[in-house]
Amino acid sequence: MALADKDRIFTNLYGYQPWNLKAAQARGDWDDTRAILAKGRDAIIEEIKASGLRGRGGAGFPTGLKWSFMPREPNPARPGFLVINADESEPGSCKDREIIRHDPHKLIEGALVAGFAMGARAAYIYIRGEYIREAETLFAAVQEANDAGLIGRNACGSGYDFDVFVHRGAGAYICGEETAMIESIEGKKGQPRLKPPFPAGAGLYGCPTTVNNVESIAVAPTIMRRGAAWFSSFGRDNNKGTKLFQISGHVDRPCVVEEEMGIPFRELIERHCGGIRGGWDNLLAVIPGGSSVPLVPGGQCPDMLMDFDGCKALGSGLGTAAVIVMDKSTDIVRAISRLSYFYKHESCGQCTPCREGTGWMWRVMERLRTGDAQPEEIDMLQQVTKQVEGHTICALGDAAAWPIQGLIRHFRPELERRIAENVREAAE
Amino acid sequence: MADRYLEADTPELRARWGAFAFNPAWDAKARAAIARYPEGRRRSAVMALLDYAQRQIGEETQTQGWLPIPVMEYVARYLDMPVIRVVEVATFYTMYNLVPVGRFHVQVCGTTPCMLRGSDDIMAACKARGMHPGHTTGDGLWTLNEVECMGNCASAPMVQINDDNYEDLTAERLNFVLDELAAGREPKPGTQEPGRYTVEPLGGPTTLTQMVSGNHDYRGEW
Repeated sequence: MALADKDRIFTNLYGYQPWNLKAAQARGDWDDTRAILAKGRDAIIEEIKASGLRGRGGAGFPTGLKWSFMPREPNPARPGFLVINADESEPGSCKDREIIRHDPHKLIEGALVAGFAMGARAAYIYIRGEYIREAETLFAAVQEANDAGLIGRNACGSGYDFDVFVHRGAGAYICGEETAMIESIEGKKGQPRLKPPFPAGAGLYGCPTTVNNVESIAVAPTIMRRGAAWFSSFGRDNNKGTKLFQISGHVDRPCVVEEEMGIPFRELIERHCGGIRGGWDNLLAVIPGGSSVPLVPGGQCPDMLMDFDGCKALGSGLGTAAVIVMDKSTDIVRAISRLSYFYKHESCGQCTPCREGTGWMWRVMERLRTGDAQPEEIDMLQQVTKQVEGHTICALGDAAAWPIQGLIRHFRPELERRIAENVREAAE
Repeated sequence: MADRYLEADTPELRARWGAFAFNPAWDAKARAAIARYPEGRRRSAVMALLDYAQRQIGEETQTQGWLPIPVMEYVARYLDMPVIRVVEVATFYTMYNLVPVGRFHVQVCGTTPCMLRGSDDIMAACKARGMHPGHTTGDGLWTLNEVECMGNCASAPMVQINDDNYEDLTAERLNFVLDELAAGREPKPGTQEPGRYTVEPLGGPTTLTQMVSGNHDYRGEW
């Protein structure tokens, strides 16, 4: 059964209506937020836990559990911070942009609810630098909320003081990694920190910090209003709720759409995207969760359940639910090689396996693209991806390795064909 | 990592930029930025101040702006931090231009989602107009660069030109946008696809259709 419009959280997703406070309030945002806060910290965290909400930024860590890691007793010398990750830079991902430019008050209200639940003093929303107009909207929306007394001193008349600040990035994918983001807010290069200590112990300015994705935070007020049972009535166990899907590439009508978790891939595409370009027989492969997850061959895709476990069952991942569709006109080796270039470009340079490995992998991928390689180099490339994976401070090294591993796993004959044909050309 | 280099520190550069200071408008913004961070954490504002400096230089030079070394030194003094820490930040983040750029900085997204939707054609159209990646045209109008994913994947391919995005491009639509900019006009940013509003499926939304005509409140149906 299709998700009904009344059960969609982001009702102004396409921006047909104004984003401003007045319009947002008419849609139901900031409706007696004070009553939500009056339930108390523990009740809010329990409700979010019970809803089954898992982080929407890619890793899928249970959101309520994450909030519960923050210190129980406030310490004025070490105030807590909520950092909201709006650095959306994962190729294929374009959902947080729509929330910020069309429904920013859902995010700001969520910041207050989440920040209160974890005992934070303030939230910093880290928005990627390239979202220039989106940041203008966000600054203005925060100002509106401040002027209306919804945040700031005695937020919503709750007696709780909570500030929301916007911090703009300046073009570095790595700042989407939570500790790199914290470094960046502190005014440094965005290079990830070793963990432990984890941010909940020592994060921004050495204080307890929780980093959450925009979507995870923005859905919190609606969950509190409608209840954990409502949210968890969507999706399967361990994969609850609704989710913003972003479909790009070779579908007839690319779009961003909110759907129930676990919707089958075929249904998602048929209902909202007008089908695969050239029909289902023309489907080559799908990257279901943004560039960091391995591709899934076309034949396995139609019945793929679009949730954490469904994508994992096919050797991939839901990630941010950024669905990149590729039809049979795609040069699949180039498509993955271009991602390798992306990771080479975005490596922060701190860990040698990633700094050197991403460049090395990209150069080999480029030779495989043209077939200018030896057959044994396919296995060598596979081995190098294993040398990078798991040997770096953050997951960028893993993210660079996985798309290549997926390509080798599913398209090895194509790589071998190119090498063979290139050899023939050279012989002629 | 990205390949970038600093503009050489020459006497001419110092003569031109050594006396740089924020004008009152940008100075007010700089103070507001510092106020967003806790006492004693001024350094957190370095990214904002570098952006403001670049923008002020952009206004003075009628370009997107850039960051000469003396300006980084000014920001370091403003925030009471070592110059090298400012240079580290300026060189790490790709949106800080380390060399002069043209009136319009044409940034073509070339990452896979845009590539699948035809970013090769967009890049080719730019080159056909005499632009060359990493360079500024002789008339000072255009600087072309290929950039990594800009987060407009459901309306790809796209370019970002200074502060605005132009999405759902074809070579023809891009040429229209560039012609308009060159003529001093302001083409409509966002999707260039006729009949599309933002990132709904082309032809009209498959969900939330009541929102198209009015600010519908769904709470009555909960």
